[in-house]
Amino acid sequence: MFRFILRRLLQMVLAFFGTTLIVYALMFAGQGDPIQALAGERPVTAAQRAYLTEKFHLDKTGIDGFFYRYFDYVTNLLQGDLGQSLTGRQIGDILAAAWPVTIKLALIAMAVTILFGVTAGVLAGIRRASIFDNSTLLLTLLVLGIPTIVLAPLAQYFLGVKWQLFPPTAGAEPDLYALLLPGIVLGSLSLATALRLTRTSVAENLRADYVRTARSKGLVKRRIVGIHVLRNSLIPVVTFLGVELGNLMSGAIITEGVFNIPGVGFNLFRGIRTEDGPLVVGIVSVLVVVYLISNLVVDVLYAVLDPRIRYE
Amino acid sequence: MRVRRLAAWTALPLAVTLGLVACGSGGDGGSGGTNPNAAVRIEIAEPQHLVPTNTNETSGSQVLAALFSPLVEYDEANKAYEVAAESVTSEDNTTWTIKLKDGYTFHNGEKVTADNYVDAWNYGAYAPNGQNSSYFFEKIAGYEDLQGEQPKARTMSGLKKVDDLTFTVTLSQPYAEFKTMLGYTAFYPLPKAAFSAPGVLAEGYEQAPIGQGPFKMKGTWQHDAKVEVEKYDAFPGEKPKVAGVEFRIYQQLTAAYADVLSDNLDVIKTIPTENLSTASTDLGDRFKTSPASSFQFLSFPTYQKEFSNPDVRKAISMAIDREEITKSIFKDSQTPARSFVSPVVAGYRDNTIGAAGTFDPAKAKALYQAAGGPSRIEISYNGDGGHKDWVDATCNQLKANLGVDCVGTAEPKFADLLTKVKAKQPVGLFRMGWIMDYPSMENYLGPLYSTTGSSNYYGYSNPEFDRLVAEGSAAATEEEAIKKYQQAEDLLAKDMPVIPLRFGQNSFGHSTKVTNVEMDLFDRVDLVKIEAVQ
Repeated sequence: MFRFILRRLLQMVLAFFGTTLIVYALMFAGQGDPIQALAGERPVTAAQRAYLTEKFHLDKTGIDGFFYRYFDYVTNLLQGDLGQSLTGRQIGDILAAAWPVTIKLALIAMAVTILFGVTAGVLAGIRRASIFDNSTLLLTLLVLGIPTIVLAPLAQYFLGVKWQLFPPTAGAEPDLYALLLPGIVLGSLSLATALRLTRTSVAENLRADYVRTARSKGLVKRRIVGIHVLRNSLIPVVTFLGVELGNLMSGAIITEGVFNIPGVGFNLFRGIRTEDGPLVVGIVSVLVVVYLISNLVVDVLYAVLDPRIRYE
Repeated sequence: MRVRRLAAWTALPLAVTLGLVACGSGGDGGSGGTNPNAAVRIEIAEPQHLVPTNTNETSGSQVLAALFSPLVEYDEANKAYEVAAESVTSEDNTTWTIKLKDGYTFHNGEKVTADNYVDAWNYGAYAPNGQNSSYFFEKIAGYEDLQGEQPKARTMSGLKKVDDLTFTVTLSQPYAEFKTMLGYTAFYPLPKAAFSAPGVLAEGYEQAPIGQGPFKMKGTWQHDAKVEVEKYDAFPGEKPKVAGVEFRIYQQLTAAYADVLSDNLDVIKTIPTENLSTASTDLGDRFKTSPASSFQFLSFPTYQKEFSNPDVRKAISMAIDREEITKSIFKDSQTPARSFVSPVVAGYRDNTIGAAGTFDPAKAKALYQAAGGPSRIEISYNGDGGHKDWVDATCNQLKANLGVDCVGTAEPKFADLLTKVKAKQPVGLFRMGWIMDYPSMENYLGPLYSTTGSSNYYGYSNPEFDRLVAEGSAAATEEEAIKKYQQAEDLLAKDMPVIPLRFGQNSFGHSTKVTNVEMDLFDRVDLVKIEAVQ
């Protein structure tokens, strides 16, 4: 197991540099005039332009400039310095403020997914073709069909403004209650996928030989499902949830915007809109680490669930 | 504030997609009785900076308006009157003497003196400090010496302290409306505590700015979350009627709108475009409008042969039905424009473009054909600002009324559009917008149409016009200045380098928990007037 984790960790280092290089290159190539983007539609004074150009080495262009800036960036990064955003704020500070709320949101979404998605999936898998199965199938189709961009404002309008069950926005220091609605909205998409994934997996495993053997041995149904079927059925679900955790951390751009939660997605969106290269690359670098870690956790869980993987 | 993205908030036209219908709950709950101990909550976007000379967007200037008291403010007729200044006088419009009122103190107890103004302005003008509003000082003598990478001086020769409460400002050339300029954010003073060394802003000042205004900071600037201020008891000017203000930061206006509907937020400064049609049902008489200084227009690349004939430009203007577009697309949140300066400034006259502003398709077509206008017109705009609808509508009108082919072309960002225009690439007509820096006709004429104007992108050059604007700036009295400016505007009407389309309005709303919500011409809530309902 130790060697397995070590090998994964070494792969992570390579993946980290590979991805940051690619992201940096993309941002570098796609950048128009970041100074003008920062100013919106105002003309930028010559003094202001000279000041920012020097500060962010924007005068270094072309291939040389790219590697100069990339190595400059990576050197600082290895010293734990994420640098400054074009607005002059420390990216480290921005992220330190943004992470806690995003993590809380992601955890709520995750809890909603696991609690409802996986449970309902198992039930639907056991009682295939029942009313419960069919109705969840229909519901998940519906949820999968509505994009967050529609679902979030709808939920905000009806549950927040019209019936006033939840506060319509969460703000910067939300309590658990305020985060519940955005968490449910965020979780509902992965909930639907998790549900269908679990259902199929459970249904398939129920037909497997070892289940028939267990049943003919006279094992009670609760034990068959709870120990044997679930353990095997959860492998694809855990994979999905691991990747989804990374998605939830970064992909909450729309939900965070609608519910005014100044998290990571919120900052990423602003960084992209204002062509704030350092901010975007900084956030993405950290997100890469989040993905790598959640993938590592998935792999380890895999190995725990299925011993065969360990010895490959 | 210059050319600004007017509808930067149109990122996600959510509610339109949903077709949300107003619910009309709530109603006007306030039954008289105000609470001076309550704080109010006002929506802003994340400010870029909170240093007076570096702040030129509305969110930052809204916060600074709470923390600072300006030298002058503007009355109903938008004329400047003294606030923190005792008097602002000049004999020759070149040397201005500014006397400060006694009794003003900074929030850390420092007494406000002439030095605070001189130091702050020198800091702002010094190019290596990279301050956004540094161009506001360019009229002051010695400004040039502070420019470039290695400036010759650190202080402007035009600023002189006379005594503790008096200083003089010498301009490089006479400017009659200098006093009017002084109301702008860039001209606030900075306390000694703001500097760690002469001319060096102290680290962290921006996180908790110290001003001399009616409110002081409560804690520090909580990025992306809020900026809180509370009443400053030693403020000698007009006292606010609330105990404090929480400027709450929103990334999307739709979120702020939902909060106002459910009384979680008190003031939203701009109703999101997608909610405009339902706002009056949602909010009732808590939905308000007030004049704003913004001005939308279509510009001609006058350097291109097909648009060089003023008759072509007039014909296009005549073929546009401004009323129809403001009504159907902007839901009357903007008003049709037929002049080059906004109604909010002194000297404005209605309909200065005359016949060219009267919708008359038949005449327009005849004039267009006689002048030999191009058979294909392109209108360029920035795709990120919510301009597609009205550009397409305008194009359709031109198609129908002039019998030409017309297409709207979106550029990703306004900066991309300007880059093309600067390189004189054929972009066809292009949209522009303007928000004034200070209420003066000059601010609408000089930068936009002078040969050397900072935002003259259309290559318009008329020596007679330049002369009139310069004479207006140098005029002895405001009345004389206005006369010159109006003559200059008449020249524009003759040449039509741009087509005036619409003047803006503030459309704002408030919760049931506040009253007396008013907004000024700079998109700021009046923090002295606003009251909290018990």
